[in-house]
Formats: sequence, structure tokens, C-alpha cells
Amino acid sequence: MVEETETSPDGGPHRLAIEGALTISRLGGIRRDIDAAPDPLTLDVSGVDRIDTVGAWLLHRTVRDRGATIVGQSPEINDLIGQVADADPGAPVQREKPPRPLAFLAELGEWTIEFGRTFVGLLGFFGSVILGFASLIRHPKRFRFNAVVQRFDLVGVRALGIIGLMSFLIGIVVGQQGAVQLQQFGAEVYTINLIGRLTLRELGTLMTAIMVAGRSGSAFAAQIGTMKITEEIDAMRTIGVSPVEALVIPRLLAAVVMMPLLAFFSMVLTLAGGGLFCWLVLEIPPLTYISRLQEVIPITDLWVGLIKAPIFGFIIALAGCFQGMQVKGNSEEVGLRTTTAVVQSIFMVIVLDAVFAVFFSQVGWN
Amino acid sequence: MACDEIITVRGLSNAFGEQYVHKDLDLTVCRGEILGVVGGSGTGKSVLMRSIIGLQQPVSGEIEVLGEPMVDRDEAEAKNIRRRWGILFQNGALFSTLTVAENVQVPIREYFPYIKGELLDEIAAYKIAMSGLPANAGPKYPSELSGGMRKRAALARALALDPELLFLDEPTAGLDPIGAAAFDELIVKLKQKLDLTVFLITHDLDTLHAICDRVAVLADQKVIAVGTIEELLAMDHPWIQEYFNGPRGRAASGHKTGASVG
Ligand SMILES: Nc1ncnc2c1ncn2[C@@H]1O[C@H](COP(=O)(O)OP(=O)(O)OP(=O)(O)O)[C@@H](O)[C@H]1O
Ligand SMILES: [Mg+2]
Repeated sequence: MVEETETSPDGGPHRLAIEGALTISRLGGIRRDIDAAPDPLTLDVSGVDRIDTVGAWLLHRTVRDRGATIVGQSPEINDLIGQVADADPGAPVQREKPPRPLAFLAELGEWTIEFGRTFVGLLGFFGSVILGFASLIRHPKRFRFNAVVQRFDLVGVRALGIIGLMSFLIGIVVGQQGAVQLQQFGAEVYTINLIGRLTLRELGTLMTAIMVAGRSGSAFAAQIGTMKITEEIDAMRTIGVSPVEALVIPRLLAAVVMMPLLAFFSMVLTLAGGGLFCWLVLEIPPLTYISRLQEVIPITDLWVGLIKAPIFGFIIALAGCFQGMQVKGNSEEVGLRTTTAVVQSIFMVIVLDAVFAVFFSQVGWN
Repeated sequence: MACDEIITVRGLSNAFGEQYVHKDLDLTVCRGEILGVVGGSGTGKSVLMRSIIGLQQPVSGEIEVLGEPMVDRDEAEAKNIRRRWGILFQNGALFSTLTVAENVQVPIREYFPYIKGELLDEIAAYKIAMSGLPANAGPKYPSELSGGMRKRAALARALALDPELLFLDEPTAGLDPIGAAAFDELIVKLKQKLDLTVFLITHDLDTLHAICDRVAVLADQKVIAVGTIEELLAMDHPWIQEYFNGPRGRAASGHKTGASVG
């Protein structure tokens, strides 16, 4: 593109000649020259051999905003300018944003409303799940046996590896940390009490719950959320399939049934990890370790751990499915809701765990 | 008319696992034409488009677009070609986290980062209006639009860079007849003014009659025929006869002659 700028000697309109291609890829330079030229402006386009709609738009807006005159245009250029001028919408394309100082207040308000809504929504969701269960009990034929078994596999069986590995390592860590402290009193042998009671009462169930929330709670939210976006859930409803029955209840059942089993598995492996540490480092042979565990752990410790497990599972699945159902609009929402589901369920699990700790010590299981 | 080849497909085979969608398929598109691509559902029209634009790795065959081979291209080289085409996917494929205007701006921002601010907004706005959307559609998110409006927004994005080559996968499906006719008109206008070449997959017989220079028929894993509608009508392939001379085909062609007489 070549440009020549001439100012008429008699102080008449400024004349700017544009030559070559007037297309989007040349737009930067041409626009700078046009912006720099003083009013009144005449644009000579007789030398333009190629133009696209963006070039035509540049001419159109210069005429519209600055009253410039265009000379030397071919009929094609005229046509194209006419076409983009017809499409000049004169409407903003950006969303309106509230002014800055109010933005914070607006956000706070929105957040509060959202919080309230989530709480009410969760209660409502809980209610619809109960209704779903009730109707399944009345019509047991509608129970989706295959879906449930598939969830058992995904939530339970496939989690065995990672939960086992994690538990085993934690067993070693707890043993090691305990031993270091207890050695100062010459009481290394109490490491076994520490590992045993901590694992059964707290660690096994809590670690499993966190793992299940991260593995399955997030998957529930993402799966259901994606189905929401692609209108699969609406399609289900119109066919007459209840999404609660088809999607939520199998996931809830899987979490509730699998959590205690996984928690028990986790406890066994944590104890094994601790046992390995005791054997190798404290030189307590495995048989002694086991019989010592039997002496120091009351059976109620096992109940304390296992009673909590299905309840945690229920909370995790409920939060995951609920957040999934809340998704609307776009794919970013799926990510946000998945994060919320995991954070919410882990938070609720830990709060409840604290409540349980107080409760069990009050009933004398300590 | 001599053919200045803008897309050349030779011996293309595509398969998903064991199932072959195309076997030894040939097709040429000439510069400046609107090529209609027709075929029954599932005959591989969308897959053909995806392999031409390099999204589908073919089992064998050569593909050249704008003089450049497309098979096994690396991303950096392919970028120069991508700038010169616009694509409308069958389901729109709008970015759901961006507004319509932002969707249109994505290609412009990517290739011409110095276009910003007010001018960028204005460009997006006229592209949106040109695609037949109301002026207030710009700030909306795709999920807030109707199905037909989403199609138009996707067209606005395909046209964002004033491409020389436009791929359209069923652009008029889901549009009202008036909107579809306006769409046909827009494509013809752009084609005349911007020297556009269009690869147009469609089931819309009216569109075929109204704007396509040539029509390619896909069946039996191949392009079984390419030509003007008159040339195709002269063939005695059963599917082609059924397609153009079935009740809908006759209605569309009758409509056209009726209109040109009146
Ligand atoms: N990702 C994929 N995986 C497996 N098979 C596929 C995939 N995409 C397409 N196919 C198969 O390839 C064939 C052609 O599909 P394609 O989408 O190209 O059809 P089409 O001609 O565009 O049909 P329509 O007119 O309905 O859009 C179909 O049989 C389809 O099942
Ligand atoms: Mg298709």
C-alpha cells in the first residue's frame, strides 16, 4: 500500500490517497494515517485495487464520524460501503457493568443471595431425593440395577488402588511421627496405640471421604453438569424419566454403600503401613503388633469410624449431584460447580466429623 | 470456464476403526464458485469437511487447500492457511463462555492484535448485524440465544476475517424460510464482492437451486457426481433422481422457475 498525503495550498480540504489493498491486514497503518489527518478530509480511493468489508467499514466510519468525503470509488466499493452501512447497528456490543464503587456492594449482595439460594436449593434437592427413594420403594421395578452396579464399580472398586496406596503411606507416616515423639519418653511401644486408635476413629474414614469427594464427588458434578448443558436432562424429563431416579439415586446409593467398605479397607492398609514401620524401625514383630492392636483398641473405635462413613458418602454424593444440577449456561460453569461441590462436601464432612467426635465421647465411646 | 483449483482432494480414505466413511474419494473446488455438497445423513459430509480443514486424520489420500497440502501439517505452518478461511460447524461450536461479540472478535484478536477498542467493537457489531442478528444480540451469551440465532452468530464468527474460503455445514438448517432466503442472498452478495469460494454442505433444496454453481453428490463412500443441477438431473443414478425429483425436489425447482418467470 502506498499513501500520499497532500495539503491543498489554498487551505481547502485535506486529501488522503489510499492505494493498493484496503483490507483487514493493512488496517493498522491506514487507520493511523486517517486518524492523524486533520478535518475536513477527503479520501481518494481511486487507487484501491482490493477491499474487504473491514476496509469498507473503515471508510464508512470515517464518513459517519468525521464527515469525510470519499472520491474516486468504483461501484464495487460503493456497494460494499452501502452493505456495511446497512449493517451499522448503532448498539453497544459490550455488557453494561455497574460503576466501580457500587460493584463491590453489588457483588456482596449477589453472593449473599446466592448463598441463601444454595441452602434452600440443597434442602429442596434433599427433599426430591427422599421423594425419589419413596417412589422407588413403591415401584421397585423402576430401580436401575445396572446403573447402580456400574456406579459401585466406578466409585468403589476403581478407587481401591489409590486409597490403598495413600492409606499405607499414611500409616507409615503416622508411625514414624508418633515414634519420634514417644521415644523421648522411652514409650515407643505406645506408637501402636496411636496408630490403631487414630486410624480407626478418624483417619481411615476421613481420608477416604476426602479421596471419594475428590474422585467421585467431582465426577458426579461434572457429568451431571455437562448433561445439563447439552439438554440431556431436559430430554430425559420430557421422555418421562426422572433425572433423580436415573442419575442421582444410583450415585447416592453407590457412595453410601461404598464409603464404609472403602473406609474399612483404608483402615486395614493404614494399620498394615504402621505395622511395617514398627517391624522395620522399632523391631516389633508383626505377630506382636497384631496382638497388641487387639488389646488396646476397643471394638467401639471401629464402630465410631464405620458409622460415620455412609453419612459422609451421602453428603459427598448429594453435594456433587446438587451442584451438577445447578449448572446452566456454559462450560465454565461446569468447572466452577465441580470445584464448589468438592469444597462444599469436604467442608461439610469435616464439620460433621467434629460434631461426631463430641457426640461419641459424650456417649462414652472413648 | 477453466478451474483454478482452491481445494483438491485425491484418493481420500477416512475410517473410524473398521468402518470406512470414505474410500478413494476425489473432489475439486474451483476458486470463486459455490459448491453444494449433498448426500444422505451419515454419508460423511461433515467428516469430509473436517478432513479438508485438517481436523480429521485421513487413512490415506492427499488434500490441498489454497495450494498447500493439509495432511500432516504442523500447527505453526497451518496457521497461515487458517487465517484465510472461515468455518461454520454443524452445531455452531460457539465459545460458550464468551458473548456473541467476543466470539466474533476472537479470530480478529488472534491475527490482528493491533485492532482494539472501539474499532474492534464496531467491526464485531456490523458483522453481527450483517449475519442477520438483531442489534442487541452482541452482548448476549450463546446460551441466551435461540437455535437459529446461534447459527447466525456462528456465521458472523466465520466471516470475521473476510475469508477467501468459507466452509458452511448446514447453515440454513433451523432457520426460518425468510431468514434462509436472506442467508442465501448474503452469501451470493459476499461471493460477488469478495471473490469468496464456498464449500456448502446442505440439505436445503432451495439453497441448492438458488445459489450453488455446482453440486457434489456423496454416496457409497465417494463423490459419485459433480455438476450443475441440470447435469445431475441428466444422470440416472437412483439416489440423485430420488433426491432432485422427489416431491420436495420438484417443489423447490418448480418454485425457482416460477419465481424467475414471474
Ligand atoms: N467421531 C466419530 N467416531 C466414530 N464415527 C464417526 C465419528 N464422526 C462421524 N462418524 C461416522 O461417520 C459417518 C459420517 O458422519 P458425518 O457426520 O460426516 O455425516 P453427515 O454426512 O455429515 O450427516 P448429516 O447430514 O446427518 O450431518 C457416520 O456414519 C458417523 O457415524
Ligand atoms: Mg453433518
